[in-house]
Amino acid sequence: MAGPELASTVRLMLNGAPVELVVDNRTTLLDLLRDRLDLTGTKKGCDHGQCGACTVLLDGRRVNSCLQLAVAVAGREVTTVEGLADDEPHPMQAAFVAHDAFQCGYCTPGQICSAIGMLDELAASWPSAVSTGPVRLDDAEIRERMAGNICRCGAYPHIVAAIREVAGGD
Amino acid sequence: MTRFWQAAPSVGHPLTRIEGLDKVTGRARYAGDVAVPGLAYGAVVPATIPRGRVLNLDVEATLAMPGVLAVVHRDNAPRLTDIGEGTLFLFQGDRVAHWGAPVALVVADTPERAREAAERMRVDYFPEPPDTVFRADHPGLYEPEYVNPRNPTVTGKGDVDAALAGAAVVVDAEYRTPAQHNNAMEPHSATAVRSDGRITLHTSTQYAYGVVPTLSKLFGFAPGTLRVLSEHVGGGFGNKGMPPRPDTVLAVMAATLVGRPVRVTLTRPQLWPLTGYRTPTAQRIRLGADQDGRLVALEHRAALQTSRLHEFTEQAAVYSRPMYGAENMRTSHRVVALDVPTPRWMRAPGEAPGSFALESAMDELAEACGVDPVELRLRNEPAVDPTTGQAFSSRRLADCLRVGASRFGWAGRDPRPAVRRDGRWWRGTGVAGAHYPARAAPTTAHATALPDGSFVVRVAASDIGTGARTVLTQLAADALEVPVDQVRVLIGDSGFGPAMGAGGSMGTASWSWPVVTACRELAGRLAAGEPLPPDGLTSTFDSTAAIGARADYARYAFGAHFAEVAVDVTTGEVRVPRLTGVYAVGRVVNPLTARSQSIGGMTMGLSTALLEESSMDGRFGDWVNHNLADYHVATNADVGEIDVTYVDDPDDELNPSGVKGLGEIGIVGVAAAIANAAWHATGVRQRELPITPARAAR
Repeated sequence: MAGPELASTVRLMLNGAPVELVVDNRTTLLDLLRDRLDLTGTKKGCDHGQCGACTVLLDGRRVNSCLQLAVAVAGREVTTVEGLADDEPHPMQAAFVAHDAFQCGYCTPGQICSAIGMLDELAASWPSAVSTGPVRLDDAEIRERMAGNICRCGAYPHIVAAIREVAGGD
Repeated sequence: MTRFWQAAPSVGHPLTRIEGLDKVTGRARYAGDVAVPGLAYGAVVPATIPRGRVLNLDVEATLAMPGVLAVVHRDNAPRLTDIGEGTLFLFQGDRVAHWGAPVALVVADTPERAREAAERMRVDYFPEPPDTVFRADHPGLYEPEYVNPRNPTVTGKGDVDAALAGAAVVVDAEYRTPAQHNNAMEPHSATAVRSDGRITLHTSTQYAYGVVPTLSKLFGFAPGTLRVLSEHVGGGFGNKGMPPRPDTVLAVMAATLVGRPVRVTLTRPQLWPLTGYRTPTAQRIRLGADQDGRLVALEHRAALQTSRLHEFTEQAAVYSRPMYGAENMRTSHRVVALDVPTPRWMRAPGEAPGSFALESAMDELAEACGVDPVELRLRNEPAVDPTTGQAFSSRRLADCLRVGASRFGWAGRDPRPAVRRDGRWWRGTGVAGAHYPARAAPTTAHATALPDGSFVVRVAASDIGTGARTVLTQLAADALEVPVDQVRVLIGDSGFGPAMGAGGSMGTASWSWPVVTACRELAGRLAAGEPLPPDGLTSTFDSTAAIGARADYARYAFGAHFAEVAVDVTTGEVRVPRLTGVYAVGRVVNPLTARSQSIGGMTMGLSTALLEESSMDGRFGDWVNHNLADYHVATNADVGEIDVTYVDDPDDELNPSGVKGLGEIGIVGVAAAIANAAWHATGVRQRELPITPARAAR
């Protein structure tokens, strides 16, 4: 049967503030956010890194938080959808509302975190599978780079429009 | 019926979603997000045989694991009333009806502990040989008493065989569609909180009110015991419709046993056996026509599967009943009960697979007659419903086809297949018609004027992403003749009274009926000078009688889909660079959310055409690809340009809002349009979904 349970103390920066707590070593970053810290904006769609609903920014890069153990993000900086807005919504959040870039909204926090991370990757000239030369923003690049975030409601054309607007492509 | 249409300040305006900011900031709380003090977590122990009996459960060892509070199983679960719904009759005996059926629920103080204990629980079975594989010639196929939701199993007129024998042109083909899983992004979740003998259930449902009578009968609860809340729902597509899914029963059972609130959230793989799916179908279509493509005979036979727990019969052949006119028609269904999970509703149940068969066969008929596929459909427009003889309340399929052809650039299309090579691609175009019934169901709503000048509307509607909250706010504001920001629409609470769920494209039609009526009555009372008490003045309306009093019409939304397809000459990969959808759906309340519904439906149609298939392993009765890596749904990179428009469709025989509903028609016929375009590209007929590279290149 099960061996002794292991727990660890984890310290990290979460949405700009330090957090310290003892976690069951089996706890994922996603479950830490949702079940321990009541930050339920980050959603669990598959728990297998297959859908993107749990996307957060880890040291500024987009990751599936269901594939990160909480103990493995000690000392790092995590930004969730709750950490994007100050007094005003983040421009990406505002653009998603304006373009109706969601329906049920369940994949939306992940889409938005992913889009923000994706634009930084574009700015850093990271190529994608559809890049054929110097990286530039177009619809094909957005579609390809956002393909890891499933939207079962099928809001993709509106997601592309929202991201294009924020990126200044319009 | 009185003409209710009028110039209105909000309806027709692309108002952004009322809850939009809550959804983009993460503030919106879905069922599994609601914070509850003292919460415990339930994890399902699924059966690992497809058929047989549970001999022994090692409960003691599980209870000894850290943090485990209880194991719910056949010996300690509350006794339930058999309400004829086998999927909810949990832990009442030792039978295993399918792979993945719950044999126990482990409840622990953390999700990690619950899950580990559930995964380690030892269960001994007595397995029996299963029958799990659907085939069109299965000897167990029988004609059910009716097909969903209450349609006749068989319809017919004239003599189909004689007409086919004398027809100048005959098409006779079988079309197959696989099992498909809805896969809303939010997995099913239920949190039961008991307090003072009452239970509050936070659950992800399309039908907040409907959960209450079902679970109350099942558990023997007195009226007023159970309240269901579902403020935000992360998609459904039929998968969270009636009946409630097992997570609700498990949460209520567990909360009863452990005396703490319990949350049961299903894992993604558990959705496959526990929450429903679209049955695989085998459909035979026989069309007879004269040399000009005018139908003389139309036959549509559908074979389907159901489970041994519950007879669920997808109405696949119903699609052919009102669509195209022929003097001789016959439609029929047969179903076989297998040792498999129970199929349920999935977006446009019946119409989605049925339209793939008929609209593909119509394309084959167009080819055989040498008639353009758009023109062929126009030639077969019936004056009245060809099956029932009823008049249509409105029928604008021809408008949809003509407008679509114009927007898509159909004119001048070369009908020959496999003559458009463009580098590595074969290119082609295809078309299909679409329809979906326009219905409404009894609902009660309340409108309250408050002393501060604002209004609150309460109705147990569900917004599963349709924009229900937003369009009801617009309709209510116009009925009250006030700006939308003075109206707050509260939904997702069974305490608001009986209400239709978000299903069958009936939501807005059903909910807006009493909402608009109650708001108009309230506005009238205020205008007449009725005094406003401190706690507000409320008008309530129940639409039951009004719906029953409607005239006898065939009420349908219509549509047309056009697809451009490119097939890779080497790999057979199929791409869809362009889709056009044109719809006649009555009044469009909000063009922004309507467009989202339509592109969403078309995207699911594209996904159905090219990607979606749950693969049954007959030895185990389990779908081997039960996750989102192996069950493919369309991603952003799979979707090209999508063009959506609506034709005018004033229809005064519907409901006070003049809406037909548009949640489902967007998926109807899309797979056929794509399959027809794939044939046009390559010359290979696609009679089986999905159109994988192997099938496209064959």
